[in-house]
Amino acid sequence: MMLRYIFLIVAFIALMVMFSIGLRKDPSALPSPFIDKAAPAFELPDLEDPQKTVSRDDLLGKKTLVNVWATWCVGCREEHAYLMQLAQSGAIPIYGINWRDNRDDALRWLQQYGNPYVASGFDADARVGIDWGVYGAPETFLVDEQGVVLHKHLGPLDAVIWQRDFVPLLALVTGDES
Amino acid sequence: MRQALALVLLFWSLVAAGIDTEPAFEDEALQARYEKIIDEVRCLKCQNQTIKDSNAFLAADLRREIRGLLADGKSDEEVYDFLVERYGEFALYRPRLSGKTLILWLAPALLVLGGVFLLVRILRRRMSLPIDDEALELSTDDDAHAQG
Repeated sequence: MMLRYIFLIVAFIALMVMFSIGLRKDPSALPSPFIDKAAPAFELPDLEDPQKTVSRDDLLGKKTLVNVWATWCVGCREEHAYLMQLAQSGAIPIYGINWRDNRDDALRWLQQYGNPYVASGFDADARVGIDWGVYGAPETFLVDEQGVVLHKHLGPLDAVIWQRDFVPLLALVTGDES
Repeated sequence: MRQALALVLLFWSLVAAGIDTEPAFEDEALQARYEKIIDEVRCLKCQNQTIKDSNAFLAADLRREIRGLLADGKSDEEVYDFLVERYGEFALYRPRLSGKTLILWLAPALLVLGGVFLLVRILRRRMSLPIDDEALELSTDDDAHAQG
């Protein structure tokens, strides 16, 4: 009956391994279907100057961050200082999508806490948000020179996450099949 | 009694009125399709609710998009494609059969088969045992009677 005990022990260990991996995952973090695919096209009025627009074309030619934010979003307030730091360091241009927000509130926020964005598109009715598969702010996309999404981060961004998940991808040379 | 009933009805009406506040489609067939679809789509923000049951922003936005797509004459399949393209297969409570979701569809059958296999093996082993305990016990009982 040795075999039976071995079977039980193996089953127990297998369960422990499954739990120790499965329970540590964040169930709200879903894989984005856009990874390694072209970022969805969009054209939004510029938050600060409604005469101008922010579109997918603005992202091309360099690696950029696209950060989905809103003034009602607690996580956005949390990550804002780090976004400022990132923008000032010149590591990467950041574009904002101001999602489901109110223009006056958003402008006041930028004035009060600083503006890390090259430009923010104003997506009041969340149509662009849906095209990008956004389901909770803050969300941050890393987009490469050709407009391909390399990575998506859900939740507030900080130095640790930046170093771990984004920096390795920045060095990536993409496109240019020649 | 009537007061209690009135109170129950009052609260029930709040629940009923709370979620989908948009007017229904005039076309009943379209409305039925709309209701079927929103009952099959997961609210990504509140993952254990359908967008029919949820009053989250996102659920309202998605209902609006689905309503728009149906009004534009899109088929159910096209609506599901629209959602999966943006939110992945996870957005559907009934994920479609594909390479990625194959395991979800096959797992229940495989588990049942595995269970049947084990059961058969155990039963076979039991049947092949020479004498089972119960019979043994009965026979000693009989002996005791005989002696008493």
